[in-house]
Amino acid sequence: MHIYADIIPRLTDQARRIRRTSLQMVHAAGLGHPGGDLSAADILTTLFFHVLRVDPAHPQDPERDRFILSKGHASASLYATLAERGFFPRGQLSTFMKPLADLNGHPARGKVPGIEASTGPLGHGLPIAVGMAIAARMDRAEWRTFVLTGDGELQEGSNWEAIMAAGQFQLDNLTAIVDRNGLQLGDTTERTIGLEPLAERWRTFGWGVVEVDGHDIAGLLQTFEALPVEAGRPTCVIAKTHKGRGVSFIEDRAEWHHRIPTDAELEAALAELDGGAQ
Amino acid sequence: MTDLADCRVAFGEALIDLAGADPRIVALTNDSIGSSNLTEFKQRFPDRLVNVGIAEQNLVGMSAGLAAAGKIPFACSASCFLTARALEQIKVDLAYSRNNVKLCGMSSGMAYGALGATHHSIEDLAWTRAIADLTVIAPADPIETAGAVRAAARMDGPVFLRLSRMPVPAVHAADHAFEVGRAVSLREGSDVTIIAAGVMVSRAIEAADLLASEGISAAVLNCSTIRPIDRESITEAASRGPIVTVEEHTVYGGLGSAVAEVVVSYHPVRMRLLGVPGVFAPTGSPEFLLQHFGLTPEGIRDAARSLVRADRS
Repeated sequence: MHIYADIIPRLTDQARRIRRTSLQMVHAAGLGHPGGDLSAADILTTLFFHVLRVDPAHPQDPERDRFILSKGHASASLYATLAERGFFPRGQLSTFMKPLADLNGHPARGKVPGIEASTGPLGHGLPIAVGMAIAARMDRAEWRTFVLTGDGELQEGSNWEAIMAAGQFQLDNLTAIVDRNGLQLGDTTERTIGLEPLAERWRTFGWGVVEVDGHDIAGLLQTFEALPVEAGRPTCVIAKTHKGRGVSFIEDRAEWHHRIPTDAELEAALAELDGGAQ
Repeated sequence: MTDLADCRVAFGEALIDLAGADPRIVALTNDSIGSSNLTEFKQRFPDRLVNVGIAEQNLVGMSAGLAAAGKIPFACSASCFLTARALEQIKVDLAYSRNNVKLCGMSSGMAYGALGATHHSIEDLAWTRAIADLTVIAPADPIETAGAVRAAARMDGPVFLRLSRMPVPAVHAADHAFEVGRAVSLREGSDVTIIAAGVMVSRAIEAADLLASEGISAAVLNCSTIRPIDRESITEAASRGPIVTVEEHTVYGGLGSAVAEVVVSYHPVRMRLLGVPGVFAPTGSPEFLLQHFGLTPEGIRDAARSLVRADRS
């Protein structure tokens, strides 16, 4: 992993900042989904600060890589990431969910630079991503499409329509990342409508599958730099994560799907995150 | 009247014509290449037709992705499946996201006849017209169909084209220029106005002829754009007298409702809304079903006559 030695501290700190900011946003708005925000922070950081070929100064560049946050409820994390990456001023983050703000509770295409698809209702991102990947292939373009889905979200049938189609069309320019934290709104995924054997399911639909620790930035980097994991197939990265990662009293607790931290809880959470900074 | 034609032929020809001139135009379908009349398109542009299989949510979602990447997708499916199965994708992925997709709802209304109410699409206008930023068009004949396809391709934004498989006569001249949002006067008249869309337009004209022989002067307005509705033409019609609306659709939320929304706000007059009266259609051929619900020249005539008489008494 020494090849990443120079960038991992930077990305780790970046992820910490995104966690801090997203929690502050949710606290200030009194609304949001902190569990899913924290779960996705390392994946978002790795993608936006190293993997995606995007230029915040030219958010509509036709040759850019596309990223869709299908689990649109993790909007605070995505907005914090986009602001940190320079897509819009950090100061705008304080408008999160305020009246008439562009930073809607769920990301809306066209309102905020860097948002490629309106999401929120689950099971929408993958079909859109498949369409984008086909468009790139039609144009013989080099740009790639990435979509981050929740795991509970995979209970939506529309995903499997898209997964089947991407396998059929052998879209090796498409990467789906599953934020596999094992929890959904009410309980674990497996006690609700179980997803396992998840990797096997994607494989049988024609995808190349790799399982990684979704909080191990070095592992994520290594995975994303070796795409597609199988030639001629779309790639599914099952990123094993913990909902609420980084704050001990939020981590792996279903009730923090959309619980809002109190003032004291926010203070404790930020202190814990800052304590993790080296 | 004149020869009858299936509007899907005009649709297919117009689309091929457009695709020849604009490489951004692509077609997607849910394994309905034949019934969407895309066979020739597939031969001419094999790399620009995507058959997504029997998966309407994915059909619309993928179309959104293609549009976001600069294509102009025409997403084709039987209207009953396209609108009902993928309504959230239509709302979120197309309209809310302003993705430039043209939805082509084939075989709408009760054109599938005895296949049954599962295959009828008599709610599609109500569903789609309730969605912000979505243009809804139900053309009346082959000429208007071709015009609507071209206009949809030209405009930037999602469009729902409600197309039929029921053979209809031409009601427009060959050089008719279709304009989104503009209702077309097909008959002048001073006693009553019949406002129709889609396959009911030719029947409205026949009804006007029947009324003329009784001394009742009926205007006919083809209101093919259901959203945005032509407020001006409807208000003008209301200023002349009562209005009958005719649609191959439930009377809950379709053309009649759209017209009534204008009438009650700008020029209240008596109206009769003809359509399917809030029931699932029984088994029968398309023609049988239209007769069953009084969606015939005679049925329209009777409704118009009773409105005119009520007004005169």
